[in-house]
Amino acid sequence: MAILINRDTKLITLGLTGKQGSFHSLQCRDYGTQVVGGVTPGKGGIMHEGIPVFNTAFEAVKQTGANAAMVFVPPPFAADSILECIEMEMPLVIAITEGIPVQDMIKVKNALKGSKTRLIGPNCPGVITPGECKIGIMPGHIHMPGRVGVISRSGTLTYEAVFQLTQRNIGQSTCVGIGGDPVNGTNFIDVLEMFNADKDTDAVIMIGEIGGSAETDAGRWIQKNFKKPVVSFIAGAAAPAGKRMGHAGAIISGGDDTAEAKFRILQECGVTIARSPAELGQKVAEVLKKV
Amino acid sequence: MNVHEYQAKELMRAQGISVLKGGVATTVDEAVKVAEKLGGKVWVVKAQIHAGGRGKGGGVKLAKSLDEVKKHASEILGMTLVTHQTGPEGKKVLKLLIEEGCDIDKEYYVGIVLDRSIGKFVMMASSEGGVEIEKIAHESPEKIIKSIIDPAAGFTQAAGRKLGFGIGLKGDQLKKAISFFEGLYKMFMANDCSIAEINPLVTTKSGDVIALDAKLNFDDNALFRHPEIEAMRDPTEESAQELEAGKYGLSYISLDGNIGCLVNGAGLAMGTLDIIKLNGGTPANFLDVGGGANKETVEKAFSIILQDKNVKAILVNIFGGIMKCDIIAEGVIAAAKSLGVKVPLVVRLEGTNVSLGKKMLNESGLKIIAADDLADAAKKVVAAAGGK
Repeated sequence: MAILINRDTKLITLGLTGKQGSFHSLQCRDYGTQVVGGVTPGKGGIMHEGIPVFNTAFEAVKQTGANAAMVFVPPPFAADSILECIEMEMPLVIAITEGIPVQDMIKVKNALKGSKTRLIGPNCPGVITPGECKIGIMPGHIHMPGRVGVISRSGTLTYEAVFQLTQRNIGQSTCVGIGGDPVNGTNFIDVLEMFNADKDTDAVIMIGEIGGSAETDAGRWIQKNFKKPVVSFIAGAAAPAGKRMGHAGAIISGGDDTAEAKFRILQECGVTIARSPAELGQKVAEVLKKV
Repeated sequence: MNVHEYQAKELMRAQGISVLKGGVATTVDEAVKVAEKLGGKVWVVKAQIHAGGRGKGGGVKLAKSLDEVKKHASEILGMTLVTHQTGPEGKKVLKLLIEEGCDIDKEYYVGIVLDRSIGKFVMMASSEGGVEIEKIAHESPEKIIKSIIDPAAGFTQAAGRKLGFGIGLKGDQLKKAISFFEGLYKMFMANDCSIAEINPLVTTKSGDVIALDAKLNFDDNALFRHPEIEAMRDPTEESAQELEAGKYGLSYISLDGNIGCLVNGAGLAMGTLDIIKLNGGTPANFLDVGGGANKETVEKAFSIILQDKNVKAILVNIFGGIMKCDIIAEGVIAAAKSLGVKVPLVVRLEGTNVSLGKKMLNESGLKIIAADDLADAAKKVVAAAGGK
């Protein structure tokens, strides 16, 4: 079961013929994902590494029946490609591109409202349902199929968490990178809702960062609605205020968006806290014993 | 990216937003000339540094004669201004803004920020100007009036009325304030700002509504479409190492500890700082080599970390995804040889091509402290730096 993607997912890549788009699409295909097409305006009609290329997402879907899109289009044009997918009612869009202007994402966010599209990202590692389907840039081999869901704002920190699980022989149902940007398509609560309904997920790891209120909002939602144990780490306890830590969204701007405040609120909401990123696997093992 | 007050005001003036007349000066003579040209009897001499709190630190002074302009300019230019935002080391003043004086009636606040939870910009105004907005938000949140700007509709007169009436304006001043707010929003959007703060916005005894101070931040991700804003960058306001790192696609932030860090990915880099602190150490920097690093960028990263003389040990923490461990190993070996790394080096590699990376490090003959996992790496580097 898992969430968002599985072995039946049919993927097209927007920006397939670019260096990154090409490399990672092939990696996804090697993992077992059905990569059925790609979009590069002006290159429609060619075959790229055995994958048919189309001029528009509309044409690609019409010809291939794709139900998911992965976006590798460079930042100046990425929002436009996402809007193209929303316009043609693509059910799932996963945007890997890093560096999309905030104003562009505000337009996208507005267009998502009332649409049939679920956007994951941008500036994210993607989504993987281990053993079935990988859409994104994460190293597939560190994952194993299982029953723990992972949601994260960070890329490599997610790999760290997944690796700790796999080492302990704890598999993952689906791992979702929601991205490190201040305006994104899907937040923690959206993914938690899906995990709540997923009978193949027993517990969830939620990895957050300093900046914004997404984690504390999620904590309050978990307290009221979530039926499964959640283990959480917030990166940036050692970060000084006012300095942007790599991710555009990871900046403390005052008040409740420090790591300390987020840890405190999550704990109050019944979430199991890992103060150190090295403790995530162990904490999950502990909560699973109680399930 | 930040700009100076005088640059922010130039952008506002170009949009027709009312700001005081003024000019920038880098010498005392220039300051006097600007004042002469402005005319009038009162001028304000303002230090141009990016940090806030300039007035309290002695960087903003009122002059009632050209002699006083000269006196204040010579005092402020070249002084090291210490404010709550500069840190104890302060910031040297290299530029002044000389402005005409103005007969303030009352001070207000207006600003635009992003509300991340809804993905929209919000304009905020308050009748309590001249103090920090965080302080008002904490002590009397009811005095902040907010209007969420719909991205499709843009700024509406209704939003302007809500804010203007909300802070107690009426009549002609209300109209002027609404047009100020509208102009501010247009300027904000046209230049891809990420934060605008006009604090204070003032009403004058002659009935004007005018920006006394202005602080603008810009979305770094949108600078590609604003070369004119990029050109406003003041390199003296940014750390030389951070700028140099940026040229190589590295994200580097200097901190005050003694453990240098080289990590891939912003989240893991933050997590690495956290775990160092949890083990009783103090990180010297945040450094994300990104996903596209190669041998040269890793070498560059080492040279930037080593420019910090406080560094007593270095931790390399890589979880290879896109980034391959052998590439990192190649860079580490090259850097250790070319730069003569003398401090202990703790290396933790995991992920893509990890065994090849480890093999290369083992065979390099370098004295490297290998770490098994994240927890082990943190313990070892803190011990190596002479911490716990």
